[in-house]
Amino acid sequence: MANNKKQIRIALRNCGFINPENIGDYIARSGYAALASVLGANNPQNSIDVIKKSGLRGRGGGGFPTGLKWEIASKNHADQKYVVCNADEGDPGAFMDRSILEGDPHSVLEAMAINGFCIGATKGLIYIRAEYPLAIERLLIAINQAEEISVLGNNIMNTGFDFNIELRYGAGAFVCGEETALIHSMEGGRGEPTFKPPFPAQEGYLKKPTNVNNVETFANIPAIILKGWEWFSSIGTEKSKGTKVFALAGKVNNVGLIEVPMGITLREVIYEIGNGIVNDKNFKAVQTGGPSGGCLTEKFLDTPIDYDNLIAAGSMMGSGGMIVMDEDDCMVSVAKFYLDFTVEESCGKCAPCRIGNKRLFELLEKITEGKGTMEDLDHLKNLSKVTKDTALCGLGQTSPNPVLSTIDNFWNEYLAHVVDKKCPAGQCKALKCYIIDTEQCIGCTVCARACPVGAIKGEKKTPHEISQEICIKCGACMEKCKFNAISIK
Amino acid sequence: MEKIKSLADLKKKREELQTSSQLLSQSESIQVRVAMATCSIASGAKQVLEVIVSECNKRSIPVSVTQTGCMGYCYAEPTVEVTKPGHEPVVFGYITPLKAEELVTKYFVGNEMLEGVIPVNYEKVEL
Ligand SMILES: Cc1cc2nc3c(=O)[nH]c(=O)nc-3n(C[C@H](O)[C@H](O)[C@H](O)COP(=O)(O)O)c2cc1C
Ligand code: SF4
Ligand code: SF4
Repeated sequence: MANNKKQIRIALRNCGFINPENIGDYIARSGYAALASVLGANNPQNSIDVIKKSGLRGRGGGGFPTGLKWEIASKNHADQKYVVCNADEGDPGAFMDRSILEGDPHSVLEAMAINGFCIGATKGLIYIRAEYPLAIERLLIAINQAEEISVLGNNIMNTGFDFNIELRYGAGAFVCGEETALIHSMEGGRGEPTFKPPFPAQEGYLKKPTNVNNVETFANIPAIILKGWEWFSSIGTEKSKGTKVFALAGKVNNVGLIEVPMGITLREVIYEIGNGIVNDKNFKAVQTGGPSGGCLTEKFLDTPIDYDNLIAAGSMMGSGGMIVMDEDDCMVSVAKFYLDFTVEESCGKCAPCRIGNKRLFELLEKITEGKGTMEDLDHLKNLSKVTKDTALCGLGQTSPNPVLSTIDNFWNEYLAHVVDKKCPAGQCKALKCYIIDTEQCIGCTVCARACPVGAIKGEKKTPHEISQEICIKCGACMEKCKFNAISIK
Repeated sequence: MEKIKSLADLKKKREELQTSSQLLSQSESIQVRVAMATCSIASGAKQVLEVIVSECNKRSIPVSVTQTGCMGYCYAEPTVEVTKPGHEPVVFGYITPLKAEELVTKYFVGNEMLEGVIPVNYEKVEL
C-alpha cells in the first residue's frame, strides 16, 4: 500500500488517540493550554492578529478569513455577544464535524472560549443536529468535566473570565446550516435565511453581535495559538493555509476520514491515500462541495487543492465531502441526485429556489428517462443561471452548480441521453436495453422463465429474443443466464 | 479531578498527567484503544471492546482498554490500536468479535501478527 504520510493531522490531532470522555487525556496533550496562554497574555487584539496572520479560513464552506471575522465581531460593541459553533453538517455523506466532536470535543470548547475572550463574549452556543446523539453525549460530558475543573464556566482558572457553553439542537434541515437560518432556528423561529447584511457579526443571535464558525475551523484554533501563526501558515498554498479534513467516499478502496495539507493533488488523495479506484476501474470524476459544488475531471487530477483552484475549476471546497466516481457513474444522474436533495431541502422562502430547483430536477428526470430534447438542454442552462443569480441565500445561489459543472465537463454524456437516447454508463434504467447475443445463446429457456413480464420469446435450443416493447429493464434474465449471452446496450 | 486554580496550576496538572501516562506506558500492561465513533460502533466496535476485556480477564493479561474517536480508517472498521510494552503501536483493522478473540490469543499472548494491519498514514501534530 502506498501510504507515505501524505496526511497531517491538525484538526484531528487527538481524534482516535485520546479518550474523548476523559478531560485528563486532553489536558495531558496540552489541552486548555492555548486558552491559558490567551487569558494570561490578556491581549485579545494580539490573539486575533495571530489568527489573522495564520491565514486560517472558514472550513464550513465559504472560506472567509477567520481572524478578520473575529476582528469585526470584536469591534462591534454591545452589552452581550455570542460565539456560535456551527455543527449542523448537512452535506450528504459528510461526517468531518461529527468525527471531531465525537473524538475530541474539548478542542472545540476550548476554541470557543478563546473566541469568546477575543471578541468579548461570555456565552457560547453549539448548534448541533439531533441526529448526532453520540456527539451530543460526548459534548455534554466534556462541558460538564470542563466546568467541574474550572477551565470553562465562571471565573475560568481564576482569571475572572466567564464563558458558558450550551447546546441547541437542530432538526436536521440542510438550510439550517446557513448561518442566518441557524440563528433564527436557535431563537425558536423558522429555520429560514434572511438577507445579509446585516451579517451575524453585526446583528446575530437575539440581535447581538455573533461570531459563527464551523467545528473544524474551531478545532484548528488551539494548535495555531500554541504553535504560532508562522508554523500554521507554512503549511498549504499561498491563499489557503493549513489542512482540510475530507470525508473520502465513493469508488475508492480506502474510504475514510482524511486530513491533508492544502495544495495536495487529487491524484495523491485518490491513488495514494485512497489506494486507487475500486476494482481498478477508470477514474471519471470527483465531486466536492456537495450540493453546492461540482465535479472535477481527469484534467484536474494534478491541480493543487485549495479554495481558489477549486472555484476556478468549477467546483468548490465546501465543507469536505469528496465523492469519487468511476466509469460506471452517470453524470446526469449525479446532477439529478443533488437536485433531488436541494428540492427536498429548499426552505421555500424564495421563488427562484423553490420553483427553479424543482423545474431543474424535472428536466433532469426527463433527460434520464430518454425524453429530453435539445431545447431542454438550453432550458437547463438558462434556468441554472437565473436561479443562481436570483435566489436569496447560499443554498439556491449554489444549487445549480452540480448541473452546470456536469454540463461543462460531460456535455457529451448529456448529448448521448438526449440525441442517442443512450446512457453511456448504463445507469439510467429507462435507457437500458437488454440484448441477447444469438451466437452465445444456446436456447436453454432459463431467461424466458425468469422474466416477470414474459418479454422473452424463443423455441427450445434456438436463440431467444427480448421484446424491447414489453421489457421493464429489471435485469432478471441477465442474472439467470449461465452463458453470458445477455448484455446491456 | 480538582479545580484548576490558576494558569500555572494547569501546567502542573498537565505534567502530572503526562508522568502518569508515561508510567502506564512503561508498565507491564498492554494498552488498547478501540475506535468508538458512530461509524465504528455501527460496525461492531462495542462488542469488540467487550470481547477484548473479557478475554484478557479470563487469561489475567494485564491490559488497559480505552475508547477513542474515529481513527479515520472507515474502510477497515472496527479498528483497534494495540501497544505492547516495548513495542510500537500497531493498528489492526477489520476486527470482528471473533477476530478480537484471536487478537488476544495470538498477538497479545503469542506475539503472532494477524492480517489486516493498517500502516499509519499520517503525521500527527504535537502541541
Ligand atoms: C445552504 C447552506 C448550508 C450550510 N451548511 C453549513 C454547515 O452544515 N456547517 C457549517 O459549518 N457551515 C455551513 N454553511 C456555511 C455557514 O453559513 C457559515 O458560513 C459558516 O458556518 C461559517 O463558519 P466558518 O467561517 O468557520 O466556515 C452553510 C451555508 C449554506 C448557504
Ligand atoms: S435560496 Fe432556497 S433555501 Fe435559500 S431562502 Fe431561497 S428558498 Fe430558502
Ligand atoms: S438464459 Fe441465456 S442461454 Fe438460456 S435462453 Fe436465455 S439467453 Fe439463451
